[in-house]
Amino acid sequence: MNTASLESPAPKPAREKERIKKVSIVVSKGSLDGVYPGLIMANGARMDGIEANLFFTFFGLYAVMNGYQDKIQISTVGNAAMRVPGAKGFRLPTLLGLLPGMSAFATSMMKKEMERLDIPPVSEFVQMISDAGGHLYACKATVDMFHLAPGDFVPAMERVLTVGDFYELAAGGEIIFT
Amino acid sequence: MAIRTIANKALDFDAEGFMTNFKDWDVEIAKTLAAEEGIATLTDRHLTVLNFMRREFETKGDGPSIRRLTKESGVPTKELYELFPGGPAKKAARIAGIKKPHGCI
Repeated sequence: MNTASLESPAPKPAREKERIKKVSIVVSKGSLDGVYPGLIMANGARMDGIEANLFFTFFGLYAVMNGYQDKIQISTVGNAAMRVPGAKGFRLPTLLGLLPGMSAFATSMMKKEMERLDIPPVSEFVQMISDAGGHLYACKATVDMFHLAPGDFVPAMERVLTVGDFYELAAGGEIIFT
Repeated sequence: MAIRTIANKALDFDAEGFMTNFKDWDVEIAKTLAAEEGIATLTDRHLTVLNFMRREFETKGDGPSIRRLTKESGVPTKELYELFPGGPAKKAARIAGIKKPHGCI
């Protein structure tokens, strides 16, 4: 019996949907809510076979710096949308946000929720994105301004780039600034 | 919904090409779906991933996140991406006969 004739082929999509093939994401902020969106978007891109570059600049550099990755916190000061104890709770008065330990407390609350959703700590996430074939770079202007050297970064950070290098790498894809 | 015949079985697929009933799945079906995703040979390592995804789907009703998959199946991230080039999340779920996973990680 010829089984081939019994197989039905995969249906062809009505029209080829246009797909994003490459994203280059700039992470410029060093707070927890400044760092994670870029990491989640880069990881999500790789999960769907989209090429992903991450470019860390200014305080975003802490996401790829040895010894600082998992010290990233939510800012409870100057964060006008901050509510306690949850997203639909009371607005946190600015002065209370100043109290010692408030940032650490808010961070630990959010980290618990993130762990529940399988969102890894920054250090693990950065390595995961690198293992997934994502590329991570540091901004040369900030590295010079902060007096840093390549040895200050985790191995997943591939190299220090100038803005020109970044645009070259980003060619043909989308650029997202976070 | 579309019915397709693979390995002498009539199977129901959703609009995105995922099987709607994971219990209809077998390895022969997986081989055909894998070939459609550009994977010529299904190895034991592929099957380790597929079986883990199916177990997760059966107990939790959704496919695992990549993080859980790599931590608990014993297939590290790098290998996972080599096994399912071009995006392991949806590809592996489709070949495993489960619905499209809903997680972001």
